Amino acid sequence: MIWVEKQRNIIDFTISSLFRRKGKIAALTAVYTLIVFILASVIFFTSAIRREASLILRDAPEIVVQRLVAGRHDLIPLSYAERIREIRGVQAVSGRLWGYYYDPVYGANYTLVVPVDFPHPPGNIVIGDGLKRSSGATRDDIFPLRSHDGAMIPFIIKETISAASDLITADTILISEEDFRSLFGIAGGYATDLTLKVRNPKELSTIARKIGMIYPDTRPISRDEILRTYESVFDWRGGMMIVVLSGSVLAFVIFAWDKATGLSAEEKKEIGILKGLGWETSDVLLMKFWEGTAVSLSSFLMGILLAYCHVFFTASTLFEPALKGWSVIYPDFRLTPFIDPLQVANLFFLTVIPYTVATIAPSWRAATIDPDAVMRG
Amino acid sequence: MSLRKSTLFFLFIALNTVLFAFMFVDASHRRASALPSFAEKRRFVKDLRLTDLCLFTDTRYTRHPSMADQFSPFQDHPFALEHFPSGSLLTPPPHLRLERRP
Repeated sequence: MIWVEKQRNIIDFTISSLFRRKGKIAALTAVYTLIVFILASVIFFTSAIRREASLILRDAPEIVVQRLVAGRHDLIPLSYAERIREIRGVQAVSGRLWGYYYDPVYGANYTLVVPVDFPHPPGNIVIGDGLKRSSGATRDDIFPLRSHDGAMIPFIIKETISAASDLITADTILISEEDFRSLFGIAGGYATDLTLKVRNPKELSTIARKIGMIYPDTRPISRDEILRTYESVFDWRGGMMIVVLSGSVLAFVIFAWDKATGLSAEEKKEIGILKGLGWETSDVLLMKFWEGTAVSLSSFLMGILLAYCHVFFTASTLFEPALKGWSVIYPDFRLTPFIDPLQVANLFFLTVIPYTVATIAPSWRAATIDPDAVMRG
Repeated sequence: MSLRKSTLFFLFIALNTVLFAFMFVDASHRRASALPSFAEKRRFVKDLRLTDLCLFTDTRYTRHPSMADQFSPFQDHPFALEHFPSGSLLTPPPHLRLERRP
């Protein structure tokens, strides 16, 4: 009990001491909270996207075969499917029709996809929720698209895809095969790429290698590669991410450095007076420990909580301008929270511990000098 | 009776810690209630044979990063530089960084 009471007395004194410098401490806590907030927001956002991708794309095609001509993705002849089907282990091969359409009216890019079984007759389309939001079009409206020969084709919107699937279908138009081919002028014997079903997933790499040998102008992409693409999405080494992260980390290093390199004259005088009044060196260090803990722990907890609200309650509003870029259609980033406790622990050890240590170190130097010398400066 | 400063400090930290713990509870609850929506998205991916998330729509190599090739960001004209904002957020997929041809 005596130990607890001693700690409480020291904390009482520490808080009073902090309040005497309330302007400086408030600014310090605000910036510290902001740094934790930015770092935690990035961590929450990227891990939620990665986990969501790994769950959703688990049912992506096992192998996609593209044809490349002069370094560009080109239409693939459906006759390629015949020889690929003969490879041992391949269960089924089918052509996939999809492409992009730039709409000059809205300045937006759409992704047109032909489903295997499109339930509506030609002349009808199904649109994603992002497209619905940006164009204002809704069910039974006419949605004209310009075909490859310049003719306007009036499609009727038969359905809209729910907003819950925005993360995969925001910009999507589902269309019949007949309409797709007439819109883009694609002959019957061609598809955008081929998708394969494979009997044994362990054979994926062997089959991909054989396809490359039979058709050297093709590029097989396996499901593992698709999943790995999203495991490394928003990688910390990539472009803007490193700018945001390094800015935050450098700001934090400056803080810690400022603390570690010395105390203000006022703080030194305070330590001198305390020593003069009979405080032990260990008591002074304890006071500085509680000071560091009060600032860093409060900032850490507030920063993390604000980041959680930012990413999962306000759909990452502050990141929106960077994420939108030049996109006219963009998904509503209402992500499901996948919080990795290890990442939160890492953030704790990288922010709270160094700051607390940096607060104690210079105080130890001041607390071991003669009080008279410290007070005289 | 006014509370001691140390009591106020511990109450503040305790409140934040409770909210911090609640954050994990809320995350778990949200994950459970998102299961039907995940099932629907997976059905879309399977039925439409989709390969990518719709994160960006300004350019094809960030709309479908897993389907992109090494040259797509630089295809606009000879000596073209990649210039879309979303290109600065996404790195090339790992399979493009590896030498994969036999």
